[in-house]
Amino acid sequence: MLKVVFFASLREELATRELQLRLHQPLTVAELKQQLALTSPLWLRQLCERQVLQAVNQQLVGLDHLLQQGDEVAFFPMVTGG
Amino acid sequence: MFSSVINVRVQTEDFAVDRIYQQLLNQSPDCGAICVFVGKVRQFQLDDRGQNLQQTNALLLEHYPGMTERVLLQLADQAANRWPLQHIQLIHRTGLLGPNEQIVLVAVSSPHRADSFAATEFLMDQLKSQAPFWKKQHHLYPQQQQRQNQWLDSKPSDLTAARRWYSPEQLPLLLKATDARP
Repeated sequence: MLKVVFFASLREELATRELQLRLHQPLTVAELKQQLALTSPLWLRQLCERQVLQAVNQQLVGLDHLLQQGDEVAFFPMVTGG
Repeated sequence: MFSSVINVRVQTEDFAVDRIYQQLLNQSPDCGAICVFVGKVRQFQLDDRGQNLQQTNALLLEHYPGMTERVLLQLADQAANRWPLQHIQLIHRTGLLGPNEQIVLVAVSSPHRADSFAATEFLMDQLKSQAPFWKKQHHLYPQQQQRQNQWLDSKPSDLTAARRWYSPEQLPLLLKATDARP
C-alpha cells in the first residue's frame, strides 16, 4: 500500500487529505502523479499545471524517485513559512 | 570545534523571548555573542495599490507534522557545520495567529558575533523556503468576511535569499527544483 497526503491549497482544491493506494508494480513519483492527474480535469490542473513539490517519507525527492510498499508520499505547494 | 546544542520546536503556543534569551545566556559561558531573531505578523500593511495603511488579517499556519521538525533539525545541523555555534534554538508556531503575534524565533550563540549574525540569517533564509509551512489569510473584520480567504504565494526574493548560501553544486533539491516549471 501507498499512503498519499496533500497539504494547504492543494488539499483544499482537491478536497482530499489522504489516499490509500495499492501498489501493483514499481512506480516513480512522476508516474504516480500522472495516474492521479488522470482522475479528472481538476486533478490534472492541480497536479500538473501548477508548481507542486513532492516528498517521500517526509524527505523531499525528485520526480524520478522510485516508490516502495509502505511509502508515505506527500504533494504540496511551494512553502510560505517564517 | 565544540559540538552545538540544537533545540527545535513546532508549537501553537506563544513563546517568551526573555526566557529563551536567559537560557542561552546561562548556557553559553564561552560565547561572546547571542543573536535572537523574531518574525511576527504585521499589524498594518499597505493596501494593494501601495497607498493606504490597513489592518492586516490574521494568518492561519498549516504544516506537515513530522517533516517540519525533520527539516528544521537538518537546517540547524547545516548551520552547526558551517559556524562554531554553542546553541541553536528554533521555534515555529502554527495555527491561527492574529496581527502582531510572534510566528518564528531563531536564537544562536557563538564565540564571535559574525558567526551568530550569519547563522541566524542563514537559518531564516532556509526555513522560509525549505520548511513545509503554509500561510493562509484569515479575515477578522466583518467588512472583509465576504472575501475569500487566500493562501499566500511564495516570493521569488525568498528563493534568491535562500540560494545565495550555496554553490550551484550544493544547491538543495527544493531550491533547485523550483527553477523548472511543471
